[in-house]
Amino acid sequence: MVLFNKKTMDDVVDNLSNPDLVKGSSLWQDAFLRFRKNKAAVSATVILALMIILSFVGQWFAPWDYETIDWDLMGAGKDGGQPSLSNGHYFGVDNLGRDLFTRTLQGTQVSLLVGLLGTAVATFAGLFYGAIAGFVGGRVDNIMMRFVDILMSIPYMFIIIIVMVVFGRSVNLLFMAIGLFAWMDMARIVRGQTLAIKNKEYIEAARAAGVSGMRLITRHVIPNLLGVVVIYTSLLIPSLILTESFISFLGLGVQEPLTSWGALINEGAGQMQYGTPWMLAFPLSFFVVGLFCFLFIGDGLRDALDPKD
Amino acid sequence: MLLFIVKRLLSSIPTLLLLIIVSFVLMHLAPGGPFTSEKDLPAAVLANINAKYGLDQPWHIQLWNYISSIIFHFDFGPSFKYKDISVNQIIAQGFPITMTYGLLSFIVATVFGVSLGISAAVKHNTWLDYLAVGISIGAQVLPNFIMAPILIIIFTLWLELLPGGGWNGGQWQYIIMPVIALSTSYMASIARLTRGSMLEVLNSNFIRTAKAKGLPMRTIILRHALKPALLPVLSYLGPAFVGMISGSVVIDIYFGTGGMGQFFVEAALSRDYSLLMGITILFGVLTILFSTIVDILYAWLDPKIKL
Repeated sequence: MVLFNKKTMDDVVDNLSNPDLVKGSSLWQDAFLRFRKNKAAVSATVILALMIILSFVGQWFAPWDYETIDWDLMGAGKDGGQPSLSNGHYFGVDNLGRDLFTRTLQGTQVSLLVGLLGTAVATFAGLFYGAIAGFVGGRVDNIMMRFVDILMSIPYMFIIIIVMVVFGRSVNLLFMAIGLFAWMDMARIVRGQTLAIKNKEYIEAARAAGVSGMRLITRHVIPNLLGVVVIYTSLLIPSLILTESFISFLGLGVQEPLTSWGALINEGAGQMQYGTPWMLAFPLSFFVVGLFCFLFIGDGLRDALDPKD
Repeated sequence: MLLFIVKRLLSSIPTLLLLIIVSFVLMHLAPGGPFTSEKDLPAAVLANINAKYGLDQPWHIQLWNYISSIIFHFDFGPSFKYKDISVNQIIAQGFPITMTYGLLSFIVATVFGVSLGISAAVKHNTWLDYLAVGISIGAQVLPNFIMAPILIIIFTLWLELLPGGGWNGGQWQYIIMPVIALSTSYMASIARLTRGSMLEVLNSNFIRTAKAKGLPMRTIILRHALKPALLPVLSYLGPAFVGMISGSVVIDIYFGTGGMGQFFVEAALSRDYSLLMGITILFGVLTILFSTIVDILYAWLDPKIKL
């Protein structure tokens, strides 16, 4: 039989009760460290942050705003509408003579806003729906997930377009409609994770301590799902930006004088046969760079939060 | 197996009904009717028109009439905007075109995506792999509505090789660009999925056993690795199909191919409700049918699913 040295044991107890010495690193700290090592993800974050800042402060440095028409350059096209520093149109003007620089920034704001708000709606709805379905289980789970299956095989793009046609086009409605059709994947993923979590010991312990119902879900189940949710959310943002661009491209999304990446690309593409490539090039490069940033950040988060991968 | 197919087919009926009801209710929530215009019609005329199209009846009867005429007569009703043309005629005109380039794009995306993915996985960490990964990352930000104008700039405006639009009875010059524009981003996704799952399969034990037996690499890939590697790809084909169907709207507008998408957007802009609903339901039936086929195929191919 091994005899423990009393002094060593006391040391161990002391050490363990001293928070400075046994400071563990949580999942989130670990993840942050891993994320910081991923060069692509960090530079994508920086570029995206710069883009967001530019989209808000950029118009202070431009002499034109996004809806004023420069009558001298209206319909000028390739005879004077080019990007130029001297007349203050850094990205040139569009076919109506409006400053493309501020329009692109304005479109960036709208596209990012729709992406973020739509994702927020989708994440919130999907998180609760999936957590409840997975946690309650049984017949409730069956019915709830069957309903998701039904919704998922509906070509939602057409329904969004019908909603936009019926209720009039506005940014608020657009992100609601997009968000309401994007929560199903989230619900499925969350449900799967919840099924795995709900039989863990700490849930049992919480139950034994008298926690029940909604509080068990919000305090104990959802916090432990967040890793998966964060990964999926970061991938949902670019896909919703794509959806929004698609709808605005068709002319059924954001309405004039507001604009968005999709709408700007549509206008630029419609003008390209008149030799005005900048109308397509500037919005398109913002779009491509923005999407790339989100994709790299999403990949970085996945590597950081999912160590087994 | 047969039981599974029947069950799966039956379970797609509520989906379809929900789709019809949702779009019907949405249409009826809309302010103003299809005949509201700037010029006020005399009340008697309006009542006559409404009676002709059955719009004077209570809405549940209208819904029932609509559903039953679709089911029993395959009749989507008259178009409210194009006079003397029924929704059926419009569908008959546009649908073959959409289907032609849609199916071609689907085949191109699947065949090229799968082969690119497999060759990338087999030649892991060589230039071919890097090229495939590069293409699939790049194509993620090139959805159809970006590809279409870029293709037109390159092939029509600069190189002057291909016509910038039109259909012309489906001659090959007119099909190429729509198919490339529609299939690129899906091809990239399929390639990425295939590469990932193929790499996983190639590292598994049964492939090591097959290598130890001395089988040639070709046989290992075709006989042993391909089937399990393609299962995740198969489940992506459903969403890809839905995406392509929605994407056809862009193609039709951009290349003026005259498919269903063009009518859909025109109907959306002019509030032609019966045409909007007809097209939505038709595309809904297609997607539901397709996801059913994919599910059945999946169940048939995946040995882990017991029927």
